[in-house]
Amino acid sequence: MSKDECKQVVLDIIAEIAPDEELSDVKPDVALREQLDLDSMDFLDIVMELRKKHGIEVPESEYGELVSLDSCAEYLTPKFNALV
Amino acid sequence: MDKYDVAIIGAGMSGIAAGIRLAHFGKKVCIFERHYAPGGLNSFYALDGRKYDVGLHAMTNFVKPGIKAAPLNRILRQLRIRREDLNLSEQKRSRIAFREADLKFSNDFELLLSEIDREFPDQVDGFRELVEDVKSFDDSRIDYPYESARKRVQARIANSLLEDMIFCPLMYYGSSTEEDMDFGQFVVMFKSIFLEGFARPFDGIRGIIKLLLKRYREVGGIRRMNTGIAKIEVVDGRAEKLILDSGEEVEANVILSSAGLPETNALCSEDWLGDSDAQPGTLSFTETISTFGKPMKDFGWGEDAIVFFNGAERFHYRCPENAVDLESGVICVPDNFDYTESEFSEGIVRVTCLANYDLWKSYPEFKYREEKEAWRQRIWKSAKSFMPETSLDYSKERIAFDMFTPTTVERYTWRKRGAIYGSAKKHRTGVTPISNLFLCGTDQGFLGIVGSMLSGIAMANAHALR
Repeated sequence: MSKDECKQVVLDIIAEIAPDEELSDVKPDVALREQLDLDSMDFLDIVMELRKKHGIEVPESEYGELVSLDSCAEYLTPKFNALV
Repeated sequence: MDKYDVAIIGAGMSGIAAGIRLAHFGKKVCIFERHYAPGGLNSFYALDGRKYDVGLHAMTNFVKPGIKAAPLNRILRQLRIRREDLNLSEQKRSRIAFREADLKFSNDFELLLSEIDREFPDQVDGFRELVEDVKSFDDSRIDYPYESARKRVQARIANSLLEDMIFCPLMYYGSSTEEDMDFGQFVVMFKSIFLEGFARPFDGIRGIIKLLLKRYREVGGIRRMNTGIAKIEVVDGRAEKLILDSGEEVEANVILSSAGLPETNALCSEDWLGDSDAQPGTLSFTETISTFGKPMKDFGWGEDAIVFFNGAERFHYRCPENAVDLESGVICVPDNFDYTESEFSEGIVRVTCLANYDLWKSYPEFKYREEKEAWRQRIWKSAKSFMPETSLDYSKERIAFDMFTPTTVERYTWRKRGAIYGSAKKHRTGVTPISNLFLCGTDQGFLGIVGSMLSGIAMANAHALR
């Protein structure tokens, strides 16, 4: 999986959690929370959906890695690629 | 023996919401409900072919779609429920009606501000400051120290009549404590009623419960009705198994109980509560539901959906000495929401008053019926003095009637003393001394339909999902 594909996976999850968010111009290098109205409950959902849909575990101490799309890609892409 | 990841006690709003969250994320969940109907304190029933809501007046916390941090929109996101499916219609208007003053309010907060400016011009600046106090209070914290809401309000409002008028709706719609509230609870209620607002589905609570249960089914949740929990077997500080009323035994890694704090403690084979917190709530209510052959507008009833009334010099929110407190109450006219689908062909008036559980409980069957009939008439007379004048005769137009007392609530919900708002002291973390047993619902601290669902969600997230 490429980093861009990984970003799309995260965006797809956000689209499902917060269907009324405008996701077409999310800046990858800016914190998601600054651009989107996501609270801690929503972030928990991103983590839970990663586990449910893709079998990816994000320990609570590493939730901070999911701050922006870029950081999500850096952190998650190796995890995705380790799966296959 | 059946084994679950999570067992939830009670198919009320909080239990079902918790169940949806957990089942959605792959937990094996079962909700156990002793009653045959779901909904808990906010259930429904039919009588003589007519459908009734147990207690729904309105759903509080109504906000427009865009406001994401608002509780209503948060729970919809967390439960993946589409807002349109709730089918909510906003109130037309509501009113706080005291003998000496009258304040209208709606889902547009400006109306209440202008009303206070009209009735209490010298207090409106203080009221604006109070609104700022409310807005700046961080109610997302779970543990804040108790602070008297009366004192906080008195610091801004110097007029005791206005003070009582502000407290009246907030107490009636969600205070488990007499005469005063914790300021944190005041903030939650103030926002949910005045800053947010009232809405109602045309079909009442049924639609909401059906929607939640459909969602729960979709994500694979299991539900067992007519299946009460008789006992929770505790060994070395851990709940080892649940014993059902039938004697069947069930295992669960985590138990979420919406049964209430003293009620949950009583289920356990070991007492972990002691005496101090074990007291069930002291506040209980009676409600009369009158159905008329014509809609309420034919009686000259204006735009009011909910009327919070008080005829006494000071408003008192406490367990009355008599069976019912006739001085104050809440009148709800479900006709008066802006429904798009249809209009009510029959008019409904619900009147809620404070009631004395011990007295109602003490009446033998025959006397209970007699008292119910006597108080029904007194309640109607008291409420009528706050209703519009009409040339029609209510008693001739009435086609159906029902009434619940504190003992009715206790009988169907197993909530001790019929205390619908639960114990005075809330356990916001949901944690109990039993390592895998957690509280959700009324005694965890959030009240109302939206509040209960938020409680179930928050407790599921905190204790059963991570």
